Formats: sequence, structure tokens, C-alpha cells
Amino acid sequence: MTLESPNFLLVVPEMFVLGMACLILIVDLFLDEERRGFSYFLAQVTVIGAFALTLWLEPAGSHLTFGGSFISDPLGNFLKLPIYVLTGVVFLYSRGYLQERGLLKGEYYVLGLFGMLGMMVIVSAHSLLTIYLGLELFSLSLYTMVAFNRDSLQASEAAMKYFVLSALASGILLYGLSLLYGLTGTLNMAQVADFARHHLGENKALVFALAFVLVGVAFKFGAAPFHMWIPDVYHGAPTPVTLYLGAAPKIAAFAMAMRLLVDTLGPLQVSWGPMLMVLAVLSLAVGNVIAIAQTNIKRMLAYSTISHMGFLLLGLLAGTRAGYSAAMFYAVIYALMSLAAFGIVILLSRSGFEAERLDDFKGLNERSPWFAFMMLLVMFSMAGVPPTAGFYAKLAVLAAVVDIHQTWLAVVAVFFSLIGAFYYLRVVKLMYFDSPVDREPISAGLDMRLVLSANGLLLLGLGLYPSLLMGWCIAALR
Amino acid sequence: MFYHIPWLSLAIWTPIVGGVLVLLSGDKAPDGARRIAVLFALVTFLLTLPLYIGFDVTTAQMQFREHLPWIPAFNIYYSLGVDGISMPLILLTSFMTVLVVIVGWVSIQKRVAQYMAAFLIMEGVIIGVFSALDAILFYVFWESMLIPMFLIIGIWGGPRRVYATIKFFLYTFLGSVLMLVALIYLHFRSGSFSILDFQTLKLTMNEQLLIFIAFLLAFAVKVPMWPVHTWLPDAHVEAPTGGSVILAAIMLKIGAYGFLRFSLPITPDASHRLAWLMIALSLVAVVYISLVAMVQKDMKKLIAYSSIAHMGFVTLAFFIPFAIYASTKSLNGAVLAVEGGIVQMVSHGFISGALFLSVGVLYERMHSRAIADYGGVVNRMPVFAALAVFFAMANSGLPGTSGFVGEFMIILASVRADIWYAVLLATALVTGAAYTLWMVKRVIFGAVANERVDALQDLDGREFLVLGLLAVAVLALGVWPAPLIDVTHMSVQNLLSHIMISKL
Repeated sequence: MTLESPNFLLVVPEMFVLGMACLILIVDLFLDEERRGFSYFLAQVTVIGAFALTLWLEPAGSHLTFGGSFISDPLGNFLKLPIYVLTGVVFLYSRGYLQERGLLKGEYYVLGLFGMLGMMVIVSAHSLLTIYLGLELFSLSLYTMVAFNRDSLQASEAAMKYFVLSALASGILLYGLSLLYGLTGTLNMAQVADFARHHLGENKALVFALAFVLVGVAFKFGAAPFHMWIPDVYHGAPTPVTLYLGAAPKIAAFAMAMRLLVDTLGPLQVSWGPMLMVLAVLSLAVGNVIAIAQTNIKRMLAYSTISHMGFLLLGLLAGTRAGYSAAMFYAVIYALMSLAAFGIVILLSRSGFEAERLDDFKGLNERSPWFAFMMLLVMFSMAGVPPTAGFYAKLAVLAAVVDIHQTWLAVVAVFFSLIGAFYYLRVVKLMYFDSPVDREPISAGLDMRLVLSANGLLLLGLGLYPSLLMGWCIAALR
Repeated sequence: MFYHIPWLSLAIWTPIVGGVLVLLSGDKAPDGARRIAVLFALVTFLLTLPLYIGFDVTTAQMQFREHLPWIPAFNIYYSLGVDGISMPLILLTSFMTVLVVIVGWVSIQKRVAQYMAAFLIMEGVIIGVFSALDAILFYVFWESMLIPMFLIIGIWGGPRRVYATIKFFLYTFLGSVLMLVALIYLHFRSGSFSILDFQTLKLTMNEQLLIFIAFLLAFAVKVPMWPVHTWLPDAHVEAPTGGSVILAAIMLKIGAYGFLRFSLPITPDASHRLAWLMIALSLVAVVYISLVAMVQKDMKKLIAYSSIAHMGFVTLAFFIPFAIYASTKSLNGAVLAVEGGIVQMVSHGFISGALFLSVGVLYERMHSRAIADYGGVVNRMPVFAALAVFFAMANSGLPGTSGFVGEFMIILASVRADIWYAVLLATALVTGAAYTLWMVKRVIFGAVANERVDALQDLDGREFLVLGLLAVAVLALGVWPAPLIDVTHMSVQNLLSHIMISKL
């Protein structure tokens, strides 16, 4: 290893987020309840600053630093942007909710920012150790956030489940990574990939290690059969945390898959392709079928996540550039849909009342036609009905699958999305065809209303003109 | 200058913009919403007229073309254009929407703005379906159409509306998702999403068969063909009058249009090989569903089943050309059949729309669709009775009405394929007359059945205007169908000469 000094310019956004998170932690100690808004302000400044720094400092091409363990490339730099946006919007949606319940503490933002930092590290990892480091930073923040409402039995239980299962998955992943290290003698992803390319077909141990790595990745996606934690954690966590869990980490999981499966073990695509196929079909089946039986919207959306991850994996397993960009497009669109869906749940909730049951959506069209329409857009987008963004996400993935001569997979996928359409329709039915049980007016801040509306309209806008985002997703992988 | 105006885009986006405006005007000012809606529906109708006036009947080429890049990553274009097959259907759409909006003026009191907006947006989307020349653009419009209809049935429908609308949505979604896979496959093979490129693409028999089946599911559900028709009676019975009219007059045509635009030209050999199946299913629809219609106790259900039977004529007409060509070695009979099918589509649009509107007139007064609740309506509503009897006659194919022209052309053509087809089709004329006229006898004629019928008021000016316009249309098309047949002729001829050449 050479001792040249690392190029710090490439990690300025990461250092900025780290510094600001620490700063908020300290500043918040000196703030009393009324001034807590300042922490919120600083957190948003951090997010916006990181966004600007990433855009501003973005180097052309790929650059390695820290002895080849950190990479700055178009993929990483592009994926960080939605992560910032999603985190910022999560902070915005959460604020009113946490305030009403006396949960607004500076730690929420600190943990959120550390989680974001973890995701940034995953996205830019170029060594097996870096990716594990990012993963743990991000997971530890999330465990704590899930348990944020420490008086809630449900939340503590969810956090415990999440912690135990996630620790197990991390252990399995780490075991796989250590096998890779043992086989190749290096932690550098490119070197592992080189080794795999040259020892293709003769080293069963590589496939053995791959299986462990894949389990770790599948767990982070929440793909069946590693999905057990998703419904319980989504349900148990405070809704803003569910919102956080449901959006940005999907992009991080995609990045993890790209780094570990494509960058590191790309030569083994013939092995991981079929494995992902099993995961994808199982996820589509489990997610879509079980979601029908749910009466709690958070649980329903949790199962819907599983099915969406199945779709995303379909894009990945194609193993083509078009497939990766389709999966990336899917991840971004899914994060936006999930953000809007949980945003509406938060919008309908108020102090002492969680709008978690499907029945709480009854007659929303009478109470608020506008937000009912937003939810309608989200639901049809999740079901993949044009002219919403969800359709193009599915179209891109299906096209990628058909391109590798696996038309049957596309048929299976559309059949399961047909089943999925039923429970999305049910939400629309409750909102539009039933009369409201709860007639409380919706109390939410103007900022939340505006951002939520923008979020919903974005799904329609991307449905009418998806080519810009699609073009970015393709460019990021070039 | 005239041809540089994007007429098709105007026809698509004017009603959609109008719908959004109506939606924004809100439910608090229903009269405003109604006025804006009628205005936009009328303007859209006027905007579709240039398509007819400027139409060149001497060519089978797509006309009024618009071609802009939309999603370059997948070679998807915002590509529009019409030929003689789609243009009449666009006019039908914009005409029927005007009527539907006028009809909804009084009968809808709940959430008026949303109702009007749904119809306007749906109008734009349906015009989009008929004019899209890019498969994905077509699919986007095709699926988007479901959302307003889903809401229309679900919000303003009858007591079992939720069941009916979810059944409607899932049924049609089932058919269309497989079509999506077929379209993606065709893109994979041809590298483009242009429907015209698909039509010239060489495909093996196996590919053709699978693609044909995928298309068949999508279009058969929409038409609907027996045995995937069961959503239709439910949807019709529960839908509000306007919804039923659009469903019967236009949505069903989209399935039939799909056969002409996709199934036949893209997979001609599979169509040829499976023509027997299509003809068999159509004949079942014509013969069996007519009998089913006979025993209905609900007027809307009866008309719904009658629609399925009449659409059976259309699907038969589209798949019989292979047999006609085989036996006569000439395209003339085949052209006659397909043109008959198109005339039947337009005519059925007018007649079924008129019949549903007539039922709507009665339903608004009595809040019942059961035939048994009526009797002797003619004594209290003579003007209505005259019009209703006229539409009933048209429905059973009386010469001089549009119902006769299409059915006659189809039967005439089918004789050239096989006399038995003609015989079976002709039974529908008998049963059609039987169920329609029997309903008319029980509802309209006879002595006044009860005091509620006794209290009926005759048509008001608005209702008379709507039914009168339809009566004129039915009569005009029945007496002089040439303007319609002329515009379709070149396109049909071109289509048939294309499909008679094997792609293998």
C-alpha cells in the first residue's frame, strides 16, 4: 500500500455531513424546547449543503482515494442526490408529527444524518470493508430511530426484531466478505472482480462466498424469503421513521447490490442471476398476495415494498446495462412513491390518533379532494397504471427482462402486479367510494402540504415525461 | 396551413385541460362546472370535425401525423395519426361525450365537478387511444382510460357499484398487462415501438400465436367476447347513465379497434390460423347471448347483453375475411365484411348509447330499472315512447336505420364464406327483435301499470335534444351510410391486402 495522502476533495460531502451531525448533536444540548427548530434548520442546511457540494465538486469520470477503498464515480454521485432529497423531505414530513407527540429531539436529526452518511459511504464504497462500515453506520442509526419512541412497547419490539435479524444478516454478509478476502487476498472490489474473472468456473468457493453476500444484500432489500422483518418494523416504528426506512434505504440497497454484485462479483453473474430470479419471483408472490390480507396501511405498504423489491431485482438480474439502469430508475421512483404514501399517512395522523388502519382512509375524497387525489396518484403509480411514473419503472424493468430472452419472467411479473392492483384499488375505493368515519379537518403545516403535493404531482409529471430521469439513470451507468 | 395545425393533439388535450379546469373550479359551484364542461365538450367536438373535413379518402396512409420524440431511451415517440378506421371512431367519441355531458346536467347532483372532469378527461384519453401510432403511447392512453371509468362507476354508480367497478378494472387490467408484455417483445424484435413498424415485422408462427393470444385477451375483454364478457352486465347495471353510454358506445369499440390495428396486421398468420376460434366465439356471442338477453328482468342488463351480441357481429366480421378470400379468391367480399363491421361499430355506438339514455330517462323518474315496474309508459310519455320505439327498432335491425346497414353487410359477406354462418347470424335478427320488442311491449305499451307510471312526465327539452340528435344520426347512417363507408374504404382495402400476405 502506498502512503500517498488521500484526495480529501472527493469526500468533502461526507466530511461535511459528519461535521454537521456532530455540530447538531452539541448545539442541540444547549437548545430548550422552543428553540428545537434550530436543530431542524441545521439538519436541512446539512442536507442542502451536501446536495450542493456533491453537485459542485462532482469530478468527471471515476476516481479512487483512501488506498482504493473509496470511489467517486457518476453512479455514486448520482445516487447520493436522491438520498439527500429523500432525507430532507423525511425531516420535513417528520417535524410536525414528532412535535405533536413530544418526540422532537435533536437526536432524531443526528441519527437521520448519520444514517444518511452511512448510505453515502455504501454508495461510494470500493472496498469490502468500506461497504460494511457504511452498512453498520446506517443500520445502527436506524435501529435507534425505530426505537425512538422509547415508551412505546410496539416500537421497542420492532427495534429489537430489526436489530437481531439485521445483526444476523450483517454477520452472514461479513462471513461472505471474509471468505472473499480469504480467497482473493484483497478487499479492493476491482481486484476481487479481477480474481473472479480469471478463476471463473474453477472456484466453487467463490460461489459459496457469493451466496452469503447475496443473503446480506437480499436482507437489506427485504426480498423474500428474507423479508420477515419488514412488516413488523414498518408497523412498529413511528411513522416518520417508517417513512425514512421506506425511502432512501432502497436506494442504498440498490447501491450495495451494484457495488457487491456488479462491481465485485460481476463475473459471477451467471451464478447470481438465477439466485436473484428466485428471490424476485418469491418477493413478487409473497408481497402481492399477503398484502391483500392486511388491514393496516403500514403493513400493507410493507408487503407492497417486498413486491416492489422483487420488481427491482428483476432489473438487476438481467445483468445488462439497461437492466441496471431500469433497476435504478425503479429504486428512485419507488422511493418517491413510498415517500408520498407514508407522507399521506403522517398527514392524516394527529396527536393521539394514528391514521394507520385502512379504514382511516374512508371518504378521504370528501374530507380533502386534493390529498385524496394525491393518494390516488400514489396508488395507481404503485400499481403501475399509466400515466403515472410507476408504469415506466415497470416498463423499463420488463423491457430489460424480455431483452435477455426471459419473457416468461415478464409474464409472471405482470400477473403478480395484477394481483397487486387489487389492494391498491382497495385504498382508492375506500377514499372515493365510502363515506368518511372520521371528519376531523386535516391539520398540517403549509410546508408539508406543499411538498406532499409536489411529491404527488411529480409522480404524474414523471408519468407524462419520464425521459429526463430515465436519461440520468442511463448516464450514471455509462 | 390547415394541415400544420396539430388537430389530433388539440382534440386530445383540449378536453383534458378542460377536465382539469372543471376539477379546479370545485364542487361548490356546480353550475360553473357544468357550463365549462359543456363548453369544452362542444369545442372538442368542433376540433374533431376538421379530421373529417380534411380527410383524404384516396389514400390508406396515416393522416394528420404528429411525430415527436418522447422517451428516447426506448425509442418511444409521441406519434399520432388517423386512418379511415380510427377517424370515424374519434368523431363518435367527441359526439357522444357532448351528449353525455348534457345528460349529466341535472341527473348528477353529487360532486358535479369531479363527474364532469372524469368524462372530459376520459374523452381526451379515448381520442388518444384511437390516434396513437406508438405502441407505448397507445398503452398509456388505453390504461389511463380505466382510471376515470373506475371512479365514474364507483362514485356515481348503483348499490353494487364497488363490486362492479373493481371487477371491471381487474378484468380489463388482466387483459392489458399481457398485451404490454407482447408490445415489449415486439419492441425487442423490431427495436422500435411504432405500430406501423410492428405491422411490417416478420414473425415466426409460434411468436405470432403467442402475441395473438396476448392481444386477444386484452381486446376480447374490452369488446367483450364470450366467455370474458361477465364484467359488462355488472358494470353497465351499476354505472350511472353517462358511464353506461360511454362504456357501450365507445369503450367496447376500442377492443374491436385493437383487432384491426394490432391483431390482424401484426399477426396475420396467427389470425388466419385462429380465425375459426374467433368466428366460433363470435357466433356464440351472437346466438347464445341473444338468448340470454331475452330472459333479463333488468332493462340495463338486457341492453348490455344485446351489446355483447351486436359486438359479436363485429368480431365475426373482422375474422371472416380469411374464409371469404379462400372461397372467392377476391378481396371484395372481405372488404364488405370489415366495412360492415366498422359501420356496425359506429351504429351500435349511437343505438346502444340511445338505449341507455332512454333507460336513464326512465330511471331518473322512477328509480327502477326493472321491466316489471313499468307498463303503459306511452300513455304518459308519448314523445319519449316514439323515440324509444324507434331506437328499439334500430337495435333489432330495421331497414332504414343504421342497425340494419352493418348487420346486412356482414351477413351478406358471410354468405360468401359459409352459408351456415349467415344462417346463424340471421337468427340474431330474430332473437334481437324478440328481446328488444318484447321489452318495449312490456315497458312502453299496454295499460298504465301503476300509479308511479301514471305520474310520469314526458321528456324535457334537454332530453329531447339529446335523444333527437341520436335519432337523426341513426336515421342518417341508416339511409345514407356512404360518407362513413367512403372514408373507411381505402384503409380497409389496404389492411386486407396486407393481411392476406403471409409474414412467415
